[in-house]
Amino acid sequence: MTMEEHPKNEQPQDSQHNQRNPEPENPKQVSRRKFLRNIGLIGAGAAAAAAALYSGDIFEKTKKKGGKKSVLLTQDNKLVEVDSLEIKALEKSPEQQMQLRGREGIPGRRWIWVIDLSKCRNARQCISACQAAHHLRPDQFHINTLQMQENPHTPSFHMPKPCQHCDNPPCVAVCPVDATFKRPDGPVLIDNERCIGCRFCIAACPYSARMLNWSKPKFDEQDKDLPYNIELNIPQRIGTITKCLMSSDRLREDKLPYCVSACPNGVYYFGDENEDAVTNGTTKETVRLSTLLSENGAYQLLPELGTKPRVYYLPPKNRLFPFEPSKDAEPKKT
Amino acid sequence: MDENNTALNKITEDLTYHIRITRGFKIWMGFLIIGLCICLYAYTLQLRYGLSVAGIRDYVSWGLYISNFVFFVATSLIGMLISGVLSLTGIKWITPVARIAEIIAVAFAAIAGLVIIMDMGRPDRLTNVFIYGRFQSPILWDVTVVTTYFVLSALLLFLTLISDIAWVHKKTDHLPGWVKKSYSVLSLNWTNTPEKNRIIRRCVRILLILIIPCALAIHTVTSWLFAMTTRAGWDSTLFGPYFVTGAFVSGGSAVIIAMYFFQKNYKLQNYITNRHFNNMGKLLVLVMLVYLYFNINEFLVPAYKLKTAEAINLHDLFSGRFALMFWAVQIGGLILPIILMLFRKMRAPLPMLIIALAIFIGSWFKRYIIVIPVQEHPYLPIQYVPYNFKVYTPTLTEIAITLSSFFLALIIITMLSKFFPVVPIRETAVERGLIEEEE
Repeated sequence: MTMEEHPKNEQPQDSQHNQRNPEPENPKQVSRRKFLRNIGLIGAGAAAAAAALYSGDIFEKTKKKGGKKSVLLTQDNKLVEVDSLEIKALEKSPEQQMQLRGREGIPGRRWIWVIDLSKCRNARQCISACQAAHHLRPDQFHINTLQMQENPHTPSFHMPKPCQHCDNPPCVAVCPVDATFKRPDGPVLIDNERCIGCRFCIAACPYSARMLNWSKPKFDEQDKDLPYNIELNIPQRIGTITKCLMSSDRLREDKLPYCVSACPNGVYYFGDENEDAVTNGTTKETVRLSTLLSENGAYQLLPELGTKPRVYYLPPKNRLFPFEPSKDAEPKKT
Repeated sequence: MDENNTALNKITEDLTYHIRITRGFKIWMGFLIIGLCICLYAYTLQLRYGLSVAGIRDYVSWGLYISNFVFFVATSLIGMLISGVLSLTGIKWITPVARIAEIIAVAFAAIAGLVIIMDMGRPDRLTNVFIYGRFQSPILWDVTVVTTYFVLSALLLFLTLISDIAWVHKKTDHLPGWVKKSYSVLSLNWTNTPEKNRIIRRCVRILLILIIPCALAIHTVTSWLFAMTTRAGWDSTLFGPYFVTGAFVSGGSAVIIAMYFFQKNYKLQNYITNRHFNNMGKLLVLVMLVYLYFNINEFLVPAYKLKTAEAINLHDLFSGRFALMFWAVQIGGLILPIILMLFRKMRAPLPMLIIALAIFIGSWFKRYIIVIPVQEHPYLPIQYVPYNFKVYTPTLTEIAITLSSFFLALIIITMLSKFFPVVPIRETAVERGLIEEEE
């Protein structure tokens, strides 16, 4: 809106307002006096307003003269010069902003995850922290600790299993609508506003890392008015996929994932591959990623499938505690 | 000349005889519609409460719906084999069977598209497939080729019907006015001129050629929904041809079942004869032998090596939870029918009906065996979840929703076969030398 329009806009409003003053009891006599008084008031008001606007306008103009020019690149790849004062951020709804940044990721980062199996005692606090953060039911596991045993002669151990956030994700390849996608900074996310619930990604995932909201989500009523946060996948929606998101919302705040911070036993290291540094979620100790991996004989899950996971495991050696099997692990008929 | 006309009249009378609304038709349609309504009620439950009304969960996430989808796509392929391959190679005896195969192809292809929607967690977002469609996904390939195949099959059915509809229009004064009017619209003012016949013949020929690669594509792509994953049991390079040959088995049996009912109910004994059952039996033996060969490859090769993940799956099929179903399907639905149909006596109509029913049911369960057991054995263990996550059992609602697809297919088949001649009039007349058809 230009400044010159202001007086024009305000004057008629003013006069209308004054003319709508209370109706006089004796219209003929009072009206002339009132009319004159009103004219005076309008005139004075208009003059004052015009003066104020004029001085404001002068002030803006002088300010503009001192404004800096910026060189910008347009969408069709042209360099243009624009006065800095004219640059305005495009108005986007919180949903749109969250969608946009959720798909773009955090520039310059390559998130990586190291899970030390020698420390996992199946405390399952990672699981409850995750389920609380993502409003999941008890049988929905973005992360789960599985009881593993390669063969009868090798030891059993507990293995936390989040989504492996593969660099060659089979789930992303098969998604017909680009609802699940691989972000440049590592995580594989899911857009539950786009998901059609075909479950091809569940069929394609060799790590059983994905699940569907088969019925109404746990907090369907409470969450329904929240703007959709793609990095947290809340509100959860019926008939759509939900999965581990590497706590992308926490990464944006420079915090460790929910499960990583919740672990009482120092199982998780999380960090940035580009910095070659990972931080232990329990001790908050930061170590060099390459050293941690090479010194401990790190491995990946099902590497022969070519999925290129972003999660590394350190083997369960030199454990300071015995393996305690959980009676809840095996699904039982009720 | 007069003799010719009488014979032609007789054929037209015979082949349009069934185009009348009988009591039996009303009862049958009533049954189908009531059944469909009950099943659709089950679907409204699914729309309201989500896919949780079905037995599928996070591990076995594709259940009855997907295996039923595969079955429907498979059965629709028979249209391509009979009217495409066989008629292009100039095999004459298929004339009265070709349209039955086409009707089955159209009905099953149309319903396959609906069955896949029944499986969607968010059917309200179907349009997303077109708005955001990514061509890397086999689902997009499937949507593309199944719709193409449906359109080609429907066109093929319609083009070969045009001349017949014009005949029917003259012969069916007993039908209500609006039906007659529909006939005259559908016949597109066809008149028996050499020019028009030539155009139709040429179009049909083009369609017959196009439909072959398209039909191969639909079932190959459907098999790729599984083969494109890394799951042991699905991760097979054989899946494309394995599915395609299996498709001819289920489709062939469907055609025989339909032939039997049309022959008996529509009084077509002079047109669909024992010879046709005999020949269809031989054709079925041929495709089943090819399918048996693919089965041996599909199961013997991994069973010889017994790689860990494959072994778990095979164990479940050969001697575990699915053993009964597996051997019933392989022996009762494949090996035994092949042996029986080698005997001429068994290729008579009634034995063929019984054998075809066994094959048809076996083919349905074969898809169940391909789709479900593999998912019960993912690479990583299934733990800390309720028991029904680990072992899939279809729910009643799910079975009802699945049944609705059969009701729908039967309604389409019944309507098409009721209001149009099941055996082509014109082609039969040409075959018997009553109409001259220049090449």
